[in-house]
Amino acid sequence: MTTKEEVQKLAALARIHLHGSELEKFAGEFDAILAYIGQLEKLELPKERHAKPALRNVMRTDGEPHATGEFTGKLVAQFPASENNALSVKQIITHD
Amino acid sequence: MTKKPNEMTIVEAARALRARELTVRELRDACAAAAHAKNPELNAFLELFPADERAIEAAQIRIDTEKESAPLLCGIPLAIKDNILIEGKTASAASKMLENYKATYDATVVKKLKDAGALFLGRTNMDEFAMGSSTEHSAFGATKNPHDTLRVPGGSSGGSAAAVAAHLCIAALGSDTGGSIRQPAAYTGLVGLKPTYGAVSRSGLIALGSSLDQIGPLAKTVEDARIIYETIHGIDSLDSTTIPDGLYEVREIPKHLRIGVPRHLLKEGVDADVLDAFNTTLGKLITAGHTLVDVDLPTSSHALAAYYVIQPAEVSTNLARLDGMRYGHAVRGNTLLDDYVDSRTEGFGEETRRRVLLGTFVLSSGYIDAYYRKADAARAVLRREYDEAFKVADVIAFPTTPSPAFKFGEKSDPLSMYLGDIFTITANLTGMPALSIPMGTVERNGKKLPVGIHFTAPHQAENILFTIGQATEGL
Repeated sequence: MTTKEEVQKLAALARIHLHGSELEKFAGEFDAILAYIGQLEKLELPKERHAKPALRNVMRTDGEPHATGEFTGKLVAQFPASENNALSVKQIITHD
Repeated sequence: MTKKPNEMTIVEAARALRARELTVRELRDACAAAAHAKNPELNAFLELFPADERAIEAAQIRIDTEKESAPLLCGIPLAIKDNILIEGKTASAASKMLENYKATYDATVVKKLKDAGALFLGRTNMDEFAMGSSTEHSAFGATKNPHDTLRVPGGSSGGSAAAVAAHLCIAALGSDTGGSIRQPAAYTGLVGLKPTYGAVSRSGLIALGSSLDQIGPLAKTVEDARIIYETIHGIDSLDSTTIPDGLYEVREIPKHLRIGVPRHLLKEGVDADVLDAFNTTLGKLITAGHTLVDVDLPTSSHALAAYYVIQPAEVSTNLARLDGMRYGHAVRGNTLLDDYVDSRTEGFGEETRRRVLLGTFVLSSGYIDAYYRKADAARAVLRREYDEAFKVADVIAFPTTPSPAFKFGEKSDPLSMYLGDIFTITANLTGMPALSIPMGTVERNGKKLPVGIHFTAPHQAENILFTIGQATEGL
């Protein structure tokens, strides 16, 4: 049985705020969803480990960088607030 | 009587353009006019773009000069799902969170379509962040099914499906994480392809479930789906999960295909008339010389449970980047934590919040072994079962969905919505390519509703899908 407190805790971890009625609704729905996905607990799987795939390098090699600032203007245009091409955020360390 | 330009397939439109029976401008305008006329009712498009004069002119010149060697997609108006980036255009993933977000670059698939001379008519509606099977979870209102406007077009690529099915464009791109191309294709009478995982670049696709997502076509014919697939596929340095051609064993395409049918999965839960349509279609394929074989995929019955662990886990991880800081919906409170929480609370719709919470749960300490790791192990077993089945079968067939399109609000509890994905999700878990093709109609409340047959093929065997698809189309 999922409790409202448990859903509240998940919401806090996920950085989401839930209102009272939503907490109740989600707690009820989670019971049904978790009961369904809980069938995995009873699923018997072969013991042997799945063979690891052959490793290959998927990284690009360094080199040919784009020109400095090529995308800055476009990205800064998406910022909610900016100053001199830098993202403005709240001060989180103070000297008080 | 000749077809109206917007009703044409890619192949028909390309021929008409080359024969000078039609100009690029006329074709584009015919689609735009149909879209403007019908969109208020269907809500298939979230935005119809103004005509891109330069692209229209360039496509016309290219067809006039290159003629037969011009790409088939040159001058063809397409619709693009709202989670695929087109530089300078809004890409909102049908969420309030990204309502104000303008794409800063082209998705690789968009770049490839632009290189082929294709035109973009607009961006299509979807379930928020592609989570859902009906488009009812869009922050901007549901899309309606052109076959019966009381019913959903499926989802999450429901806007793309409705746009193609109502002839508001020639074809469209969707994305498929658990059936989001194939299920709406089945509900609207179209062909929908989910390519092999890694066949098509995900660069510029707003990530949902990164180990499951693939971009693919929604089209009027198998040949049209193939044309789009061949244009957009290929290895991409911007997506390290893309794979080179020939990574998997190249399979011969036999003249007569062995169709594997997992009968044990069809014993219950499928509507009787949908099963009849499926059996009738298989019967005709046998008459055409193909053979049926029984295949056993025992772990399939746990696939949906595994999917609804892995998918929310990836969702909660991917959507963690949306915090109101650098782009998207940004609310400012008293503290930095308030900024995050308020932005996410206002930005995310209900289904998104539900899955983020589920994902947070299955990944949390104490549950990760019971849920996430177990689901991942089941996924590996499932893939082995499919590999085994493909030793005796060339394709595996079942109905795309257990039922035809449902009515708005009919699946109001989330679990019943999830259960409808039972047949499509395995291809995302195994990474194998899969195709949905129309297999006739069934009747509900006096309306004829399309249903689809679903074929899965081994990794990188899209050509086998196109072969069986065309065989099915020709029945």
